[in-house]
Amino acid sequence: MENTNPTLGILFQLYQSLLVVLLAPLLTGWVNQCRAWLQNRSGPGLLQPFRTLRKLFHKDAVIAHNASPLFRVTPYILFGCMWLAAAIIPIIAVDLPFSPAADVIALVGVFALARMFIALAAMDIGTAFGSLGARREMLVSFLAEPALLMVLFSASLISHSTQLPRIVEVLAHQQFVLYPSLAFAALAFVIVLLAENARIPVDNPSTHLELTMIHEAMILEYSARHLALIEWAGSLKLFAYISLGIALFFPHGIAEVGNWGAVPAAILALLGKLLLAGAGLALLETLLAKMRIFRAPEFLGTAFLLAVLGLLIHFLLGA
Amino acid sequence: MIDLQLTALLLAPLLGGLLLTLFGSRNWAAELNSLMSFCTFAAAVALTVRVVEAGPQVAFNEQFFIDQFNVFLVALTAFIAFTTSLFSRPYMRIEQDHGRLSTPMLHLYYSMYQLFTLAMLVALTANNMGIIWVAMEAATLTTVLLVSLYRTPASLEAAWKYFILCGVGIALALFGTILLYFAAERVLGQGGTALLWTHLNEVKGELEPTVLKLAFIFLLVGYGTKIGLVPLHSWLPDAHAEGPTPVSAVLSGLLLNVALCAVMRSKVLVDGSLETHFAGNLMMGFGLLSVVVAALFLSRQKDIKRMFAYSSIEHMGLITFSFGMGGPVATFAALLHMTVHSLTKSAIFFAVGHAVQKAGTQQMENIRGMLQISPTVGWGLMLGTFAILGMPPFGVFASEFLIITTAMHDHPWTTPILLAALGIAFAAIFGRVQPIVFGETTARRLPHPPALLPVFAHLLLVLILGLYMPPYLANWYRQAAALLG
Amino acid sequence: MPMTYTVQFINLLAAILLLIVFAMLSQRRILSLINLFAWQGLVLSVSTFVVAYSTVQHHLYYSAALTLLLKVLVLPWLLHRLIRKLNVRWDVETLINIPTTMLVGIALVIFSFNLATPISELSESITRGLIGIALASVLLSLLMMLTRRKAISQVVGFLSMENGLFFAATSATHGMPLVVELGIALDVLVATFIFGIFFFQIRETFDSLDITHMEKLKDD
Repeated sequence: MENTNPTLGILFQLYQSLLVVLLAPLLTGWVNQCRAWLQNRSGPGLLQPFRTLRKLFHKDAVIAHNASPLFRVTPYILFGCMWLAAAIIPIIAVDLPFSPAADVIALVGVFALARMFIALAAMDIGTAFGSLGARREMLVSFLAEPALLMVLFSASLISHSTQLPRIVEVLAHQQFVLYPSLAFAALAFVIVLLAENARIPVDNPSTHLELTMIHEAMILEYSARHLALIEWAGSLKLFAYISLGIALFFPHGIAEVGNWGAVPAAILALLGKLLLAGAGLALLETLLAKMRIFRAPEFLGTAFLLAVLGLLIHFLLGA
Repeated sequence: MIDLQLTALLLAPLLGGLLLTLFGSRNWAAELNSLMSFCTFAAAVALTVRVVEAGPQVAFNEQFFIDQFNVFLVALTAFIAFTTSLFSRPYMRIEQDHGRLSTPMLHLYYSMYQLFTLAMLVALTANNMGIIWVAMEAATLTTVLLVSLYRTPASLEAAWKYFILCGVGIALALFGTILLYFAAERVLGQGGTALLWTHLNEVKGELEPTVLKLAFIFLLVGYGTKIGLVPLHSWLPDAHAEGPTPVSAVLSGLLLNVALCAVMRSKVLVDGSLETHFAGNLMMGFGLLSVVVAALFLSRQKDIKRMFAYSSIEHMGLITFSFGMGGPVATFAALLHMTVHSLTKSAIFFAVGHAVQKAGTQQMENIRGMLQISPTVGWGLMLGTFAILGMPPFGVFASEFLIITTAMHDHPWTTPILLAALGIAFAAIFGRVQPIVFGETTARRLPHPPALLPVFAHLLLVLILGLYMPPYLANWYRQAAALLG
Repeated sequence: MPMTYTVQFINLLAAILLLIVFAMLSQRRILSLINLFAWQGLVLSVSTFVVAYSTVQHHLYYSAALTLLLKVLVLPWLLHRLIRKLNVRWDVETLINIPTTMLVGIALVIFSFNLATPISELSESITRGLIGIALASVLLSLLMMLTRRKAISQVVGFLSMENGLFFAATSATHGMPLVVELGIALDVLVATFIFGIFFFQIRETFDSLDITHMEKLKDD
């Protein structure tokens, strides 16, 4: 892709990287706030995630005696992976300098890398809960990952490219077309998003009930700055997923190639979309009930089915 | 005017259906049923004479089409519907006296009987492939409640199976019809004429072969379910065994033919479009499979009506096979076999019906010595069995002989299979019917004299057809065979 | 080839139709099954309406209205009434192995798409892919009938199959002659009534609507 003004491009890339790292906890706060409103509670406020992070960063870390270096390094890897993912997904402009790295398959790889480390770290200490959480996490991701790949392939087929900027470019800036395959993919993506981000109905982020927890079980042994990084990485992951969804299914409003003047408008559009997506997620979580863990495979199977159907329909209808 | 005869033909059963819906529970309902069936038969004769003289015609804004092929089936259908109504009069009364049927059930039976005849006649004479489908479905709907008339668990199961299986089958046939329309619309344009068989027949060379191939598969599988072709036959023995005998007789003698007629209509179009033997090969395959499987199942039956139902599958398979071979001789043989099988099989069911009433069971091991208690029923059953097994001098022998010699000429490898299947069927049926007719009996007398006139009338016709084929009839069949190619 | 919005919309509806059939395939509750059937009818009706609008065929408006009346209002109402009278409103069916059923379903979809590809390539008509979707929904409904053990779900499967066929007839081929469509609609209506009669007969005889009781007639 031709970049007319390299300096400005780098500037915007830096700006996006900073933006996501700050917006991510805000988004988490927004989702929690919306859930509180929907459940007739007065929420903790938008900034609560930041307050939690600050509190955690000021504490002293406690680490088990038998923890290996892997245990210490995992939070940083996790945070790095998620930050990278969130920073390269094209959300404000399609031709930022890092965007050639934003290949959908590479993105899935980045998520998988982070997941592998957190699962290893969870088993590192050797507590029962850690292993249990790691096993459940692997079960869920084992089912969610193919579905996610199928979703991404549906989008790739339309634009004939696995490059995320190219996909967004095709979807956002060419003549508007209704794609039934994308509708299916979007449904599947929502399910994958819920599962991968440990949301209801697959997991409940706000309980520590041993029968049901998945993600929380893995990070029980972490404290202080490590925990803060993991929490932040969690927010970034949610942010990355939501922006991936926005990029694939509602990219309209993003700045065109070389049109840097449109970036401020694109940022405003992005904020609006994030607000809506967060509210939608909160609504979904309020409406759904947590399902038994053994039902999760069926739930994720549905996602896979939908994604495959989307692909098939793409082949049949050419749309 | 042909419109007049056709109107009479369709109006008679419609009126009959309405009248019997109103008066079906009266004492004279059975007589009314026979009378209306006779009117239908008379109209069919008039129509037949007209068409055989004047050739194929369309009527009513081209919605109906009658040629030598379907008018022959119209005549056969009307005739057997009439004789069956004669048979059902005493039969149903006996059932009522035995307490197996109540008056409301009889009411239902009479009205549905007429509507069933109507549906079959519409399916035969309609020119619109869509209407043919609608009428075929209507024929299922009118008979499904008749199959469960006795309200026994077994009859309910049979009716449910019949309904679901034929419903599924006929749905596939609708898909085939839609595909046909899809192909036709490209040539004939949208709208009413694109499903008219006469129009399709004119442009069959231009129809898209790929679509027609697929359409024919669906049509054959769909209507094949109705014909009772293996492996879609499993409803047929159940429905025949558990329904009242007159219903078994009309199902076997008529409905199967009507479904086959629809398949043949499609085959003509597909042959014209593909110019290969694809449709014929498919029919031969299904036909042969049905003959073989039915023959193997025959020897394992204990229920007499079930056994003759499998015999129907066998013979429908033979007819389908023969139509599949194509050519004037095979088609002629198939038409002849259709006629004689319908006549013989309904005659057998009439005799079997009375035999079962006398013995009080359908289990063959408990039916014995029919000749002792009622020589007419016994002889009817015996002669009917001889006829259906293809013994000379009955007509079935002539048609089977023609089919097998043609097969030997065109597809020699099929001959041993056919002969073996017919041999097995012969051994199975003859071995079972013989002790039923002869031997000691425990059967009882019936409260009403059985109607055996239809049995012997049918068998006499079959005998005549076997001994001497009137040139008039032969010419007629030859014309019909020429139409089917 | 750029597609007009109407075609895109019909394609979308077709996809939704397929989705609904899959939902029916995995639905355990009879009440939800009937509601899904009503939704399917609605999608069908809307797509017929859109086809009528885009091809300017007036008789298709009647078809759309007929579908709306029959498949969205009358038949679901009849079924609702039936399950209320039969007291099976809250029945839950035990479905074994939904994932396997789904995989078989996907295989069926692939099969029917393959079967339909040569046909869709022939057609210049804009809605060419729809035959495949219609065939897929017919086969999936068939699968549903095979996997169900309750009489009512079998009937819903039957009706949903009819819907798939109707979709093929109206959307893929732009409407069969009206007289045929009327005939089909009448048949479906009568069939539903007869099914209703059957439900009562079956329950009276077997004390249940499970058709597992009805597997006695066999050739052994």
